[in-house]
Amino acid sequence: MEYVIAFIAGGCICIIGQLLLDIFKLTPAHVMSSFVVIGAILDGFGIYDRFIEFAGAGATVPITSFGHSLLHGAMKGADEHGFIGIGMGVFELTSAGISSAIVFAFLVAVFFRPKG
Amino acid sequence: MGLMGGTWTFENRIYVNSSGTAVGPKEAEGPLGQTFDISHEDLHCGEDNWELAERRLMEQAIDQCLTKSNLQTDQVDFFIAGDLLNQNVTSNYVARHLQIPTICMFGACSTSMETVAIGSQLVDSGFANKIVAATSSHNATAERQFRYPTEYGGQKPDTATATVTGAGAVLISQEYSDIVITSATIGKVVDYGLKDPFDMGSAMAPAAADTIQRHLQDLNRTTNDYDMFITGDLSGIGSPILKDLLKEEGIDIDEKHFDCGLMIYRPDQNVFAGGSGCACSAVVTFSHIFNMLRSKEVDRVFVVATGALLSPTMIQQKESIPTIAHGVVFERAERGVHH
Repeated sequence: MEYVIAFIAGGCICIIGQLLLDIFKLTPAHVMSSFVVIGAILDGFGIYDRFIEFAGAGATVPITSFGHSLLHGAMKGADEHGFIGIGMGVFELTSAGISSAIVFAFLVAVFFRPKG
Repeated sequence: MGLMGGTWTFENRIYVNSSGTAVGPKEAEGPLGQTFDISHEDLHCGEDNWELAERRLMEQAIDQCLTKSNLQTDQVDFFIAGDLLNQNVTSNYVARHLQIPTICMFGACSTSMETVAIGSQLVDSGFANKIVAATSSHNATAERQFRYPTEYGGQKPDTATATVTGAGAVLISQEYSDIVITSATIGKVVDYGLKDPFDMGSAMAPAAADTIQRHLQDLNRTTNDYDMFITGDLSGIGSPILKDLLKEEGIDIDEKHFDCGLMIYRPDQNVFAGGSGCACSAVVTFSHIFNMLRSKEVDRVFVVATGALLSPTMIQQKESIPTIAHGVVFERAERGVHH
């Protein structure tokens, strides 16, 4: 059942993204950044954590969870170090994801040629 | 030379002495694959990057064209070329190697007929004896510059077109040959306010309609005077719009209209609405259409190369897409002079 819920919840987020592309003619970059911002805003109201409890991977895999993680990191940093901690903490939870994106992009660029 | 409206009718007989075409893998697999001089199995065309690949295509097209006429580069008076890339890099880097006095032009995908029209004009007026006109486009260089790089993985709607990988070149002079250029109509920039870079067929159709209508009006001709009206890259989306727009003006080209973007690929080649790019009209006209003229299947055709003067910067500033269409009349030489 968890899998079904995760699939449906994650799929709903993707449907919203597809509608933004097709109907509202947003570019892929706009859709991606909108999702990050929406995730952060929802987290600000404490909604995203409850969504994760409900949908599991359906909520953590889509890019909206990146916004949620940014906010969590920033808040934790602020707790520990005050105002400056916002900047220190904002990428703390997501740093593994960002670093691996850079490293894997590098490796792919070294070993493969673009196809088109 | 005669000037009527925006149409030139050439006083002298202006001939296409030879042409050369080079294409990429998808074009070679398409229905016209056998008609091209050189086909590459790999999109890289044996080069290290996409820009070099496009440059190689243009060089090969010119090389084929000159070889067929048995000419060296120093026997050509002017090289008139253009492509889609910023600063026309393909044409200018090819010109660096050719060492022929160069006139570089940009008319987006209308450049193929723009260069032929200007070249014919120079030959007609006596300012040149022999000119080479060439254009190129490459799927990977154009998609990256005007849309998204493939690696980005952006989705394309069905109205989008696929940029043709290829290059075409023609040699034009007053020396007798089997294909003659009799007139050319220079396009106006037309903008109906469309803003979608993934639907350039709709944006360009009004420009093609305007050029065809003015051409017939300027020369006081009807559609009966032509065997084919060939547009560059209106695709499956823009072609019906062109026919409708002309019908409103009382011009019916339904049976005689062909679009290079629809001729060059099979619909099952994942090309969305059809082919586009400078090379689309160039390689189809300089191979298949010329073959049709030579084999007497057709006597007189009007090739209207359509260009979306799209700038990614302007699109980001919410501007619409201006478009232009230049038309050139090609005839079978034995048909005689029609002025």
